[in-house]
Amino acid sequence: MTDNLLDISVAAYIVAALLFILSLAGLSKHETARAGVGYGIAGMAIALVATIALAVDGAEALGVVLLVGAVVVGAGIGLWRARIVEMTGMPELIALLHSFVGLAAVLVGWNGHLEHPPYVGALEDIHRAEVFIGVFIGAVTFTGSIVAYLKLSAKIKSAPLVLPGKNAINLGALAAFAGLTVWYVLDNQLWLLIVVTLVALALGWHLVASIGGGDMPVVVSMLNSYSGWAAAAAGFLLSNDLLIVTGALVGSSGAYLSYIMCKAMNRSFISVIAGGFGIEASSSGDTDYGEHREIDAAGVAELLKTATSVIITPGYGMAVAQAQYPVADLTKRLRERGVEVRFGIHPVAGRLPGHMNVLLAEAKVPYDIVLEMDEINDDFASTSVVLVIGANDTVNPAANDDPSSPIAGMPVLTVWEAEDVIVFKRSMAVGYAGVQNPLFFRDNTQMLFGDAKDRVEDIIRAL
Amino acid sequence: MSQSRLGIVAESAPGEARVAGTPATVKQLVGLGYEVVVESGAGEAASFTDEAYAAAGAQVVSGDAAWSSAVVLKINAPTDAELARLAEGATLISLLSPALRPELVEKLGRDALGKDITALAMDAVPRISRAQSMDVLSSMANIAGYRAVIEAAHEFGRFFTGQVTAAGKVPPAKVLVAGAGVAGLAAIGAASSLGAIVRATDPRPEVADQVKSIGGEYLEVVVPEEAKEVSSDGYAKATSDAYNARAAEIYSEQAADVDIVITTALIPGRAAPRLLTAADVASMKPGSVIVDMAAAQGGNVEGSVAGERVVTANGVVILGYTDLAGRLPTQASQLFGTNLVNLLKLMTPEKDGTLVLDFDDVVQRGVAVVRAGETTWPPPPVQVSAAPAAAAPAAPAAPAVEKAPPSPARKYGLIGLGIALLFLVNATAPQPIPQHFTVLVLSIVIGYYVIGKVAHALHTPLMSVTNAISGIIVVGALVQITSDDTAVQVLSAVAILLASINIFGGFAVTRRMLAMFSKD
Repeated sequence: MTDNLLDISVAAYIVAALLFILSLAGLSKHETARAGVGYGIAGMAIALVATIALAVDGAEALGVVLLVGAVVVGAGIGLWRARIVEMTGMPELIALLHSFVGLAAVLVGWNGHLEHPPYVGALEDIHRAEVFIGVFIGAVTFTGSIVAYLKLSAKIKSAPLVLPGKNAINLGALAAFAGLTVWYVLDNQLWLLIVVTLVALALGWHLVASIGGGDMPVVVSMLNSYSGWAAAAAGFLLSNDLLIVTGALVGSSGAYLSYIMCKAMNRSFISVIAGGFGIEASSSGDTDYGEHREIDAAGVAELLKTATSVIITPGYGMAVAQAQYPVADLTKRLRERGVEVRFGIHPVAGRLPGHMNVLLAEAKVPYDIVLEMDEINDDFASTSVVLVIGANDTVNPAANDDPSSPIAGMPVLTVWEAEDVIVFKRSMAVGYAGVQNPLFFRDNTQMLFGDAKDRVEDIIRAL
Repeated sequence: MSQSRLGIVAESAPGEARVAGTPATVKQLVGLGYEVVVESGAGEAASFTDEAYAAAGAQVVSGDAAWSSAVVLKINAPTDAELARLAEGATLISLLSPALRPELVEKLGRDALGKDITALAMDAVPRISRAQSMDVLSSMANIAGYRAVIEAAHEFGRFFTGQVTAAGKVPPAKVLVAGAGVAGLAAIGAASSLGAIVRATDPRPEVADQVKSIGGEYLEVVVPEEAKEVSSDGYAKATSDAYNARAAEIYSEQAADVDIVITTALIPGRAAPRLLTAADVASMKPGSVIVDMAAAQGGNVEGSVAGERVVTANGVVILGYTDLAGRLPTQASQLFGTNLVNLLKLMTPEKDGTLVLDFDDVVQRGVAVVRAGETTWPPPPVQVSAAPAAAAPAAPAAPAVEKAPPSPARKYGLIGLGIALLFLVNATAPQPIPQHFTVLVLSIVIGYYVIGKVAHALHTPLMSVTNAISGIIVVGALVQITSDDTAVQVLSAVAILLASINIFGGFAVTRRMLAMFSKD
């Protein structure tokens, strides 16, 4: 009976793995995205049913009760959080969910120690190493995601933590991990597992704590990747191919996303992970950029009335101010007047890859007028008005002009080529990168101070 | 106060109605700090009165007084008599055609002239984006192209536009414009706005879009086995034999079909290419009009005479006017004057009326023919990337900071090392480890290719789905809950709980997000 079920579950896993691949492939286009999620759900359902059937078949009564209880409670919490989350709070939610996978991987690893199968010889050694690796990756993911969550939800300061010799700390933790693994393989002690868990937790915390808030898109997708590797490590531990396949899919997708983000900021992945974007920025301070000019909402409305084409470049500030609805309303009104309105999205705008797209979609902005940086950068020169809403570093001309700037070489939206640039901002403070923005002092730039949402609503009224 | 006197002199060439400054540009020159004098009557032919100049802030003076200024502005190259009127140390800015008239360049030097002057050629402005505002060749060609169409319309016995009237149907005129440079594009625009069917030829295939954008149809010369040359200096180049043969066929075909031909083909420093033969002209319908804008450089059309109107035996009118821009003197003076102001702005950085010639600037270096008696022609070559456009200046390309890619040796070394490691692991490790590694590596590759095509806008949904999928760790915990050990059971239950939140939460939130994405 159990053998039969085992065969069926292996077959089910292959089907599930294929469905996951289809799911990721489906998500590459708008038209197929919903079908992609459907495939993912189907794959997950098949995997769960097969495994639960197997587990119920072999487990004792207590186990079955715990199993069903845990799934039901977990499902309830998950669905509830998914329903109430604000789209602006998406990055926090995803970071928090990553931490769950990390913690689950740690627990699975611990179980691997407590309940290890009767291996002998080399297989036993390998099994011990797998326990260690699984726990290590899981623990780093867990604390890393918790810190990312705290930073994103502004529960702790997002400025990078700078400990003396932080690279030495990271490398030391890795060396300690390697040493402890060898020790554990030779001598199977529980306390070694506890020590390595603590080391990994500390490393995860330190890694993310020393990365500034502006790099969060990279961090979140990096943690996504880690959570995949944690699942893959668990797969090795349990000799489960479904876990390996799925973990590797998630792991490589997260790594690729991180790579895209890093390319968008013209920096190496290592330098982001090693932390500290804003550190050297403080040195370039006291340049006199001249005077900035202010404008009021009525003035902006006048400009928009006579404009033929408008490009809106949103940033994290739009998310903070929840301004996406008034922005969408403004877009609709301008389009009704026959003004060509488009959006230019920088790849690292917001705190999550694709964050701005989700917010604009939430406010019912059609996705075919929301363009990527590469698609729209050539069009700024022929644009009447650019509205920069809560973006700063992603529209900073210093990235092109000033080789000494910390963001030098980062591709940016060339908004300053338009006839008029309106910058919505709370104050003249610097952006996440800690770099002053010469855009604000250009002759064709005017500043509109205040809460982005209120100001956009003022403009709509003035129209 | 080092304020210089700047003189605008009258043109001496017969029939020349243009003037190097207008009341509007005089005001700007005064704004740059110059003391501006205008020769009495200089602007008369272009409808600018002495009073208008005076009102703009200039002094109206005699010819000798204007010629003795420190800076002299002029349209046409000076005659010998005019050169003699220049003061020692003066700066002359005008058309000089230094590439075509080496004898003039020689005359401007210290040895021939006997005094030190500085001569700047307005027609030697390099064709770079920044210098477009000073490019008189472009601004004059624009006017000439327009005027060529007007002259042709004047000679042509029919409407340009097609009409259906009570008195019958009128077919539209067909116009062929050879060469889609600035003049050609201006001609295409003017002819198509009059309603004609306009076709255009040009050896540079990259102008096809520009032709289309102003209403013309681009006739491509299709030559097999020839890489199409993209112009590197902004001008058309001489073409290959195979190309010329095919182009000649096209001109012969078109000549028999069209009513009006406007030729603008020029190659810098060479005689104009012959596009229409006498036979082509003979095949045209009586009453057809040809405007040969290259007549001064030898002509694109066999039988055209520079400056003359010629009627062929079969009743085709060939206009070889060389003063097309000058036939719109008011407009031409205004644009030429503005080009001069833009050059002087560049050369008067302090706006204090002091002319500074900066040889480090490619524009100023390019126009300088003689500096303080020393001949400095020709300047070092300037390469441009943007092809010349009639109206839209090319946006300056942002300097891209490219990281050096890792050397191929290192890249392949790393790949080789990875494969060797994988091989070693699989060869030495006991089962089932090699099998797991195989699965892992193949999955990574699949994941990379599947994700590589994801649209930017879908990154967040993708991440929440992969997050939900990584909840697959629940399978591990589910397997472990079958243990007899209570501690293991409890830990597994906690893991199941956490992973379940992920799975259900992740999928639910992704569905919610995707439901919001909508197209217009």
